[in-house]
Amino acid sequence: MTILKRGLSRRRVLQTGLAGIIGTGISPMIFSRGAWAQEFCNNPTGDTVTFGLNLPLTGAYAEEGADEQKAYELAIKHLNGEGDGGLISVLTPTALKGNGVLGKKVTFVTSDSQTKSDVARAGATRMIERDGAIMITGGSSSGEAIAVQGLCQELGVIFMAGLTHSNDTTGKDKRRYGFRHFFNAYQSGVGLAPVLAEAYGADRRAYHLTADYTWGWTQEESIKNATEALGWQTVEAVRTPLGAADFSQYLTPILNSGADVLILNHYGTDMVNSLTQAVQFGMRDRQANGKDFQIVTPLISELMAKGAGENVKGVYGTSNWHWNLQDPGTIAFTKSFGAAYGSPPSQAAHTAYVQALLYADAVERAGTFYPPEVIKALEGFEFDGMGNGPTLYRAEDHQCIKNVLVVQGNESPTSEFDVLNIVQEIPREDVAYDPAMFGGELGPAEPVPMCA
Amino acid sequence: MAAMPRNDLLLFLGFTLVVLAMPIWLQPFGAAYPDLLQRFMIFGIFAVGFNILFGLTGYLSFGHAAFFGVGSYAAVWSFKLLSLDVIPALIFAIVVSGVFALVIGFISLRRSGIYFSILTLAFAQMSYNMAYSVLTPITNGETGLQLTLSDPRYLDRAIFEAVPGQPVPTLLGQSLGGFAGFYFCAGFLIIAFFIAQRITGSPFGMMLKGIKTNQTRMHYTGFNTKPYTLAAFVISGMYAGLAGALLAVTDPLAGAERMQWTASGEVVLMTILGGAGTLVGPVIGAWLIKYFENIFSAINDSILRRFFDFLPDGVDSAMVTVASKFVGEGWFLTLGLVFVIIVIFLPGGIMEGVRRIAHLFNRAPKAPGKANPQPQPAE
Repeated sequence: MTILKRGLSRRRVLQTGLAGIIGTGISPMIFSRGAWAQEFCNNPTGDTVTFGLNLPLTGAYAEEGADEQKAYELAIKHLNGEGDGGLISVLTPTALKGNGVLGKKVTFVTSDSQTKSDVARAGATRMIERDGAIMITGGSSSGEAIAVQGLCQELGVIFMAGLTHSNDTTGKDKRRYGFRHFFNAYQSGVGLAPVLAEAYGADRRAYHLTADYTWGWTQEESIKNATEALGWQTVEAVRTPLGAADFSQYLTPILNSGADVLILNHYGTDMVNSLTQAVQFGMRDRQANGKDFQIVTPLISELMAKGAGENVKGVYGTSNWHWNLQDPGTIAFTKSFGAAYGSPPSQAAHTAYVQALLYADAVERAGTFYPPEVIKALEGFEFDGMGNGPTLYRAEDHQCIKNVLVVQGNESPTSEFDVLNIVQEIPREDVAYDPAMFGGELGPAEPVPMCA
Repeated sequence: MAAMPRNDLLLFLGFTLVVLAMPIWLQPFGAAYPDLLQRFMIFGIFAVGFNILFGLTGYLSFGHAAFFGVGSYAAVWSFKLLSLDVIPALIFAIVVSGVFALVIGFISLRRSGIYFSILTLAFAQMSYNMAYSVLTPITNGETGLQLTLSDPRYLDRAIFEAVPGQPVPTLLGQSLGGFAGFYFCAGFLIIAFFIAQRITGSPFGMMLKGIKTNQTRMHYTGFNTKPYTLAAFVISGMYAGLAGALLAVTDPLAGAERMQWTASGEVVLMTILGGAGTLVGPVIGAWLIKYFENIFSAINDSILRRFFDFLPDGVDSAMVTVASKFVGEGWFLTLGLVFVIIVIFLPGGIMEGVRRIAHLFNRAPKAPGKANPQPQPAE
C-alpha cells in the first residue's frame, strides 16, 4: 500500500469547507425570521382554512382509515354548508353556522400514515410545514396518535385524535395540544368485566393475546385488572407483533394452557385474522375446565365484525358508538353517511366526524384560530347530541367522558351491516375515573415559535 | 490545493452549492419545506455511506437499516439520559453504530456475494425484531421511543434548571426546527460527501476498488483484504448511524420501522437508481426516492381532478381513475416502474444517463478509453 500523500493543501480544503459550514450556521436565522413574524403556526390569512388528515390507508388498520377519510370529507362538506348539514343541527350547544369556520371555507390535505408511527409523524410534519394545516386529525393506532400528538405539541398545532384507545394517549403521554373523543381501554375494562362475569361466571381462566404496542399493553392491563377484580385468573398474556398475518403459532399453546377464555387485544385486520384463526382451531367448540371455551374481543367495530363474518357471532366486546343507537344525533349521522356512501358509518368514522365538528365549533366559540384560545374553548366543554349522550371534554386530561357500549356479535344478522348488537349502555358516571390515575403532564399551551 | 484534483474540487464545490441552494431551486417542485429537505440530507448521508460499501467495495449489504436504527435509538437515549444538546447525541450514535457494525461486519464478512447479503439481512431482521418486541424496555417497541418531560437528562440538570415545555433537541441552546435543522443536516451531508470523495481518491479507496474488481487477485498479490472490507463496513455503518441520529435530531422519535428490511432495501434502491460506485449518484437516488415518497404519496383524487380539468368531461374522469392508481398509496407502483426503466435502459443509474447526455454534447474525441466509459451494471 502506498503512503498517503500529505500536504498543506488538503488542510486548506478542510478549512475552506469548515468556513462554509460555519457560514451556513448564520443563514438559518435569516430564513426563519420571516416565520416568526406570523402570530402563530399556519395562521390562515386567505379565505380558506386547511385541515390535515393523517390516515392509515395501508397497513393493519387501513380499513378504519378509509372509513375515517369518508367521514372527514363529509364533515368538511357539512361545515362548508353543503349536503344535508349532518350533525351540525343536533349539536348542543353549537356555534357552527354552516358557512365554513369563522367564515373561511374548509379544505383538507391527506397523508397516508401506513399504520406506522414514523411515517405518521413525517406526514403530519409535511402537512403542517408545506400545506399549512391549522389542525391535524385522524389516525387509527395509538402508536401513531401518541407520536403525532408529541409533534403537534412541539409545533404548536392542535391534534384531534381519531381512533386511539390506549390509556396513554390521555394518560402518561397526554399533551396540551392533543384531544381525544374516543374512549379508552380502562373504560372498556370497567364496562365489559361485569357483563363477562355475568355471562361466563366469576371463576374463569383467561389467556391474552396482545398487540405489541402502547394500545395493546394498556388494554391488556385494564382488562386484566377489571376481570381479576371480579375473580378471574389470568393464565398468561402473550404479545404479538402488529400486522402479523398468521397467528397460529400463538394460538397453539392456548389449547394446553388450562385457559377457558381467550381475550384478543387486537384490532383491525389483526383481529379479523386472529379471531378467524382461533375459530378455525375449533376453540369455540372446545370444553376446558368443564366449561365452554369463550373468546372475547374487548374493542370491536362493525368493520371488523363484518370482516370476521360468522366467527364473531356471540363474541362480547365494547364500542365507542354504534350506528343502530336511537338518539337524534346517531340517526342524523347514519342517514347522512348512508346517503353519501351507501353503508352505515363505523365507530372510527363517527369519532373522526365528531372531532372535526368539535374543533370547528371550538374555533367559532373562541372567535380565533389561535391555538391556546381554541384549547381553552375545548377544555371542560360539555355538549350533547353527537350520538353518545351528554359528553364532557375533560380539562385535566383532554379525554371525553361519555357512555360506553357493550356489544355482542349478532347471532342472526338481518343484513350485512347488522353484525353487532348493543347489550348494554354503560352510563358515563360508571366509566369516569380520576384523571391523575395514569400520570403524565399536559405541558404548556403557549406555542413555541418554531413553526416554519 | 494540489493534492485535490481540480475536477474533484469543482465537483465538491458544485455539490455544496446545489445542496445549500436547495430551498430555492426546489420551490417550483413543491419540495422546499424543511421536513422534506432534512430528509433529503439525512438519506443522502445514508446513501453516500452505503455506497462506500456497495459501490466502492462491491459488498451488497441488505441490512444497513439496522445501523440507521441503532444510531436513532442511541441519539434519543442520549437526549433522554444526558443532554438535549445534539453534539453528545451525534458522537454517541456514531460510536454505538460503529461498534455495532464492527461486530456484525466481523461475522458477516467471512462470506462474500449473496451469502454476505443474506447474513446482513438476517442480522438486520434480528435487530428489527429485538427492537420491536424483545428489547421493548429500551426501544418502546412499535410505539417508538419519545422524549418526555420527566426524562432524567443528568448532564442538563447538573448545569441548569429544567425548562418547562416539550423537550426538543438543541445545538448549544439554538433550536434545530425548520430551516435551521436543514442547514445543520446539510453541513453534515457536505462533510460526509467530502470524506467519501477523499476516501474514493485515496490509496485506501483504490484498495476497495481492487477488492470489488477481483478479490482473489488481490489475495494472490499478497494483500490481506479483510481489514479493508471490515474498515469499509464500519465506516459505512457509522455513516448510517450518523444519518439515523440526525433523523432523531430533527424529529426526536425512534421507531422500529426504520430498521425493517424495507428500509434496508430502500437504500439499495437509492444507490442503484442514482448510480452505484459514483459519488453523486446515491445522493440523487436518495432525493428522488424521498421526493416520490413524500410528494407522490400526497397527491389525492381532488388534486388530480384539478390537474386534468382541461380535458373534456368523460376523458378527465377516466384519466383521474388511471392516474390515481399511480399516486397516493400507489406511489410504490410509480417508483417500481421508474426503477425497472432505469435498470433496463441505464444500468449505471441516473449518473450514466448524465454521462451519456454529456457525451452527446462532447463528441470531440479524447482518450478513447475515457470518452466512452463502460456502463457499470449494479450487481
